[in-house]
Amino acid sequence: MIKVGRNSILFSDVYLVSSGTVCGSKEHDGPMGKYIDKYYEDSYAGCDSWEKSEQKMLNDAIKIALSKEGITEHSIDLFVGGDLNNQLACTNYTVKNYAFPYLGVYAACSTLTESLIVASTFIDSNYGNYILASASSHNATSERQFRYPTEYGGQKPSSITSTATGCGVALLSSIPSYIQITKATIGRVVESNIVDAQDLGRAMAPACCETLRNHLHDFAVTPDEYDLILTGDLSTYGSSCFKKMAEAYGIKLGDNYNDSGLMLYDLEKQHVHAGGSGCGCVSLVSLGYVLKKMYENKLKKVLIIATGALMNPVMVAQQENIPSIAHAIVLERVK
Amino acid sequence: MKNKIYNQILDNEQIKRPIIKNSIKAFIIGGLICAFGELLIMLFNKGFKIDLDTSKMLMSFVLVLITAILTGFGVFDKIGEVAGAGTIVPITGFANSLTASALESKSEGIITGILTNMFKLAGAVIATAIISAFIIGSIIYFVRV
Repeated sequence: MIKVGRNSILFSDVYLVSSGTVCGSKEHDGPMGKYIDKYYEDSYAGCDSWEKSEQKMLNDAIKIALSKEGITEHSIDLFVGGDLNNQLACTNYTVKNYAFPYLGVYAACSTLTESLIVASTFIDSNYGNYILASASSHNATSERQFRYPTEYGGQKPSSITSTATGCGVALLSSIPSYIQITKATIGRVVESNIVDAQDLGRAMAPACCETLRNHLHDFAVTPDEYDLILTGDLSTYGSSCFKKMAEAYGIKLGDNYNDSGLMLYDLEKQHVHAGGSGCGCVSLVSLGYVLKKMYENKLKKVLIIATGALMNPVMVAQQENIPSIAHAIVLERVK
Repeated sequence: MKNKIYNQILDNEQIKRPIIKNSIKAFIIGGLICAFGELLIMLFNKGFKIDLDTSKMLMSFVLVLITAILTGFGVFDKIGEVAGAGTIVPITGFANSLTASALESKSEGIITGILTNMFKLAGAVIATAIISAFIIGSIIYFVRV
């Protein structure tokens, strides 16, 4: 593991050996549904609260990731993960059933890549053989946390995104496998001039562009280097602003660019306004779709820039600008 | 950190809200709800021979009940999505905010959940009503004296 430039890391032996993804019915009905391991028709997943249902989904994703590799929880040296609930309630309460060491992380909707970066760093420092990294979100738990009660009949602006119900768990190891985590770029907190919590896609675009620029600069590469550049949940308005920002700095994003928020749902048929969002959005698309395409050798080198609006309802009410962050990782097909 | 170029692009790319379209929809749907309310008053007053003041009160009860039921069945948020101010401004908006908050908090129990959070959204409406009633009441009192 070496530090590259001011923001980036070059890993030497970190492999993504397996993954587990679980989603809700809306995500299952979307174009990414067929790449996701398990889904629940009911938003409660048979539990008596939405919080418990998110925990059940995360627990299932952990079990799936472990079973694919054929190992048990006793082989896990560390678990790194987070979600969108206050005090990381979902992840903390899920992990309480396990005996492995645990680090909780929060980077809003960019939690997946933050978890992966932290986990990769531990793998490359010889901390252990197997480390789990997770991120999860649930539409209903996030709505009540950050917005209005789910049944509130207010009008939503076209810029609002729909928080995805989904959990993604990645199993990382130093034992060589098909997919290697080669690089990472740690994000900086960028303040946008947006105060509207219903316009988070645009609020995150600056942080995303900043990380892309830093990544390209640190490793001296161009966007053509990648088969796919996948951003987290910028959605319709955010991704168009992001492209314009990149262009302003002379970075031209071509057909190899896409946004998880635009991929997870069928924007025309499913009622999701500007697209999908939440930790679950980028987790389902990258650990479901992207990994599958990499196993099939259709994608060889992928840059994932998960984006997170670091908004806080109190600060939003105080009319403060919304700051954002974006962390990037590079997945490469090897062997 | 802050970057002028990024923020300039965000300023240039403002999202246009369909204010006129929304206002027309709100006017029509809100108007229909109010017309329905008038019909109810007429029904109670003329049909059931209940005095006018009581009929008006009963009309509010019926609208609140209908909204609460529609909210419980998960239908009202879809209507509100289209109607906007058309369903928020009449008493239906008040009823929906109460029911939605109560439903949302039921997993936290009756006292710490439902009773504590029921007025989370409607609290502003009630506080405004009390303050304006006090101001108007005071004006009337002093002007009359």
